[in-house]
Amino acid sequence: MNSVIPLSAMDLSIAASLLVLLGGLTWWLRLGISQRLFVAGLRTVVQLLLLGLVLKYLFESSHPALIMLIAFVMVAVAGREVMARQHRPFKGSWGYGLGTFSMFISSFTITIFSLAFIVSPEPWYLPQYSIPLLGMMLGNTMTGVALTMDSLTTSAWQQRAVIEQRLMLGEDWRTAIRDISRQSLRTGMIPILNAMAAAGIISIPGMMTGQLLSGSSPFEAAKYQILIMFMISAGTGFAAVMSSWFGAKRLFDDRQRLRLERLSVPKG
Amino acid sequence: MAILTIKNLIIAHVGPVNLELKSGEIVCLSGASGSGKSLMLRAIADIIPATGTFSLGEMKSSSVMAPVWRRQVSLLPAESQWWFDTVGEHFNQPDLELMHALSFEKDCLEWEVSRCSTGEKQRLALLRVLTNKPKCLLLDEPTGSLDPDNTLKVEALLKRLAKQQQIPLLWVSHSHEQIKRVADRHFVMRDGKLVTYE
Repeated sequence: MNSVIPLSAMDLSIAASLLVLLGGLTWWLRLGISQRLFVAGLRTVVQLLLLGLVLKYLFESSHPALIMLIAFVMVAVAGREVMARQHRPFKGSWGYGLGTFSMFISSFTITIFSLAFIVSPEPWYLPQYSIPLLGMMLGNTMTGVALTMDSLTTSAWQQRAVIEQRLMLGEDWRTAIRDISRQSLRTGMIPILNAMAAAGIISIPGMMTGQLLSGSSPFEAAKYQILIMFMISAGTGFAAVMSSWFGAKRLFDDRQRLRLERLSVPKG
Repeated sequence: MAILTIKNLIIAHVGPVNLELKSGEIVCLSGASGSGKSLMLRAIADIIPATGTFSLGEMKSSSVMAPVWRRQVSLLPAESQWWFDTVGEHFNQPDLELMHALSFEKDCLEWEVSRCSTGEKQRLALLRVLTNKPKCLLLDEPTGSLDPDNTLKVEALLKRLAKQQQIPLLWVSHSHEQIKRVADRHFVMRDGKLVTYE
């Protein structure tokens, strides 16, 4: 198999001209997003080139401490994103900590497990494998955890009267919130279930596309994509279960009272 | 059977409240909206945090698990909530005798909650809390949306339960006629304090 055809600055400029064309169209249609389009385009260029630069350095040095550092930065940023995507996150350090912790445990465990026992590069933390795998894990877990937490806290808020009525009748907190937790888990896992069901028929997943473009055999690419799909499904599922469990527990105090004042008030 | 003791209850602008309900005693509570009557009932049922000690006979609320306390000292809120489709799914062991006392037949368990009237839901909610066999009842306007006929039926049932099973009742009501009919004692909530009604 051949290696990938290199892209010149000219090639990228031609692609960029398409974006300029779209910018002109949105301006003409008065959509009011031309500026955002420009900024987003610019961010793509800067962020991805920076990523390329960092990864290039990382792949050359392969220092475990540096890989750890990058991995932690990735989790930290994903945690912020999870909090930002919730309408009523928990107040204080719980708001950030709960989602980040669930993601951290689930995605790190599964990535390390896959690296050590399935892919087995030499050394097992080889950045060419570990960083992209972790990135894909986090990208999907992030969505799952954010959806789960948002559904849990929003439903608990909306159905607070029902939850309290169930507590009044002597149900324990687990029973009183059970339906809401289950629904939040379903909500969190649906995107990844859909992705698995659609993979290969409706969409060619991003990683497989990348491998095909870089000249891998389609069959090898397919096998890698299957591995990734299973990894991210498991990772998303475990993280969603964890965050839903901790989240539900945090909604109640030691006397099994619903404490919605622990959620922040949405702005605007 | 047991005495409900409330000592130094303080919650928001309410308190300190000290109150003792003897076995089988019906204590009515009235007062303006927002005076804190419901808040007080919710605090006693341990649904919201408050300071003070509550006990039923020898049992202190803080010494048992919250669900155990709430099954014995049960709160019937002014507005009932339902989460399953049919009425019957909300009941563990429906009691036919109680059903008849509230003019329901067994088929009411198959009713869809969404088709019940407000009054029906209020009586069904009472039925639901009574099937837990509570040892003390906190009632927040239990006849608030009932017609006169059903109001009398509910009053009769609750009075009978209080006297026969020696259950203390703490009963929030806005109707002076009702309070006259059922109450052994009557307090008014004023500026967060309980005042004996003259």
